[in-house]
Amino acid sequence: MATATLPSLDEVWHWLSQVPDPEIPVLSLVDLGIVREVAWDDDTLVVTVTPTYSGCPATGIINLDIERELNARGVAKVRLERRLSPPWTTDWMSAEGREKLRAYGIAPPVDDTAADGRSLALARRLASGSNLTVACPRCGSAQTEKVSQFGSTACKASYRCLSCLEPFDYFKCI
Amino acid sequence: MATAEIAVDRAALFEFLTRMGDNTLILGHRVSEWCGHAPVLEEDIALANTALDLIGQTQLWLGLAGEVEGKGRNADALAFLRDAAAFRNCLLVERPNGDFGQTLMRQFLFDAWHHVMLTALTKSEDPRVAEIAAKAVKEAAYHLERSSDLVIRLGDGTDESHARMQRALDDMWSYVGELFIADDADRAVAEAGIAPDPASLKPEWEAIVSEVLREATLKAPTSAYVHKGGRRGVHTEHLGYILADMQFLQRAYPGATW
Ligand SMILES: [Zn+2]
Repeated sequence: MATATLPSLDEVWHWLSQVPDPEIPVLSLVDLGIVREVAWDDDTLVVTVTPTYSGCPATGIINLDIERELNARGVAKVRLERRLSPPWTTDWMSAEGREKLRAYGIAPPVDDTAADGRSLALARRLASGSNLTVACPRCGSAQTEKVSQFGSTACKASYRCLSCLEPFDYFKCI
Repeated sequence: MATAEIAVDRAALFEFLTRMGDNTLILGHRVSEWCGHAPVLEEDIALANTALDLIGQTQLWLGLAGEVEGKGRNADALAFLRDAAAFRNCLLVERPNGDFGQTLMRQFLFDAWHHVMLTALTKSEDPRVAEIAAKAVKEAAYHLERSSDLVIRLGDGTDESHARMQRALDDMWSYVGELFIADDADRAVAEAGIAPDPASLKPEWEAIVSEVLREATLKAPTSAYVHKGGRRGVHTEHLGYILADMQFLQRAYPGATW
């Protein structure tokens, strides 16, 4: 493709916005906010990706999916780069992505509620038995309780709705 | 990406990085031993996810250690092809899992140190260290929140759970101290501004631990005796069994991939 014109970066972003996350397929990699940058280095497309959690087992699959998608779109040379800093945060999840999560049955992150390791606040919170309010993605009730800090994947916690009684995943703020 | 090399003894930096990576590797392996065996499904999943975070952090620390060493060893080579005497994890993380309470107590005592350490490392003069810490500290905050919560609930629980948590605390206590004792490698990286002096972390660690133990109605042992050696490669017999299990495949079938 030496003489062909390279696809525009807007086009590349659009393609990537159609690549689903392997574990939460209603979200695209762009919705999730893990594609940090796309750029041309001569005729090589450089895609910079940040991991969600350090040990996320989907990282390898995500890289493969990106490469496969771009190859299928006619980009022959793709280079994936990992960027750790700044670390991924759920703040980067698009509004559209959050709505897709809710519709899928996963409560989206409640901003500014990430664990911060401050023990005083923690002990008080535990002593008072209160917790952050996570609305049930099925019935919308705010009467829910945390079952476990970690749900089906590291990025989610397990919750239970006290109104409709359904268990559900909550995408933790980080 | 060019990184300005900080004036520090390469061997001391390698030592520091393997201490960080070996702590998370060995604890991650220990915690993963629970997979399929935890008392309830939710805790089984939580333990597996904690292990996964720790193993992921290991890849970052040992990956950087291999780069700094410059002998062509990557994170896998360091994890699977070193012998016990080359491991630099503290003795606490190689303690046997025991019952669920002992596993949680070990996790809590480690998480409290880990969170304080990683918070300090986010200000490291070495940007490669700072960026790994900035990533890991967010995960460690969730680990600490979970282990604190469960130590409080079980400590301030039934007579049986209280007694078990007190026993676990008594058993684990003397293995924590070595995390706060500096040697030449610690002093070298501290002087270069790469990592804090280990002793400087103690007041904050004590504040977290004493507060959680108070809520948990548990009493910290008064004995000042400290088991040490892990950070310089002198381990308990338990590490050998962990490595035999963890390294078997790569030792028996060198270079095996799937
Ligand atoms: Zn509901």
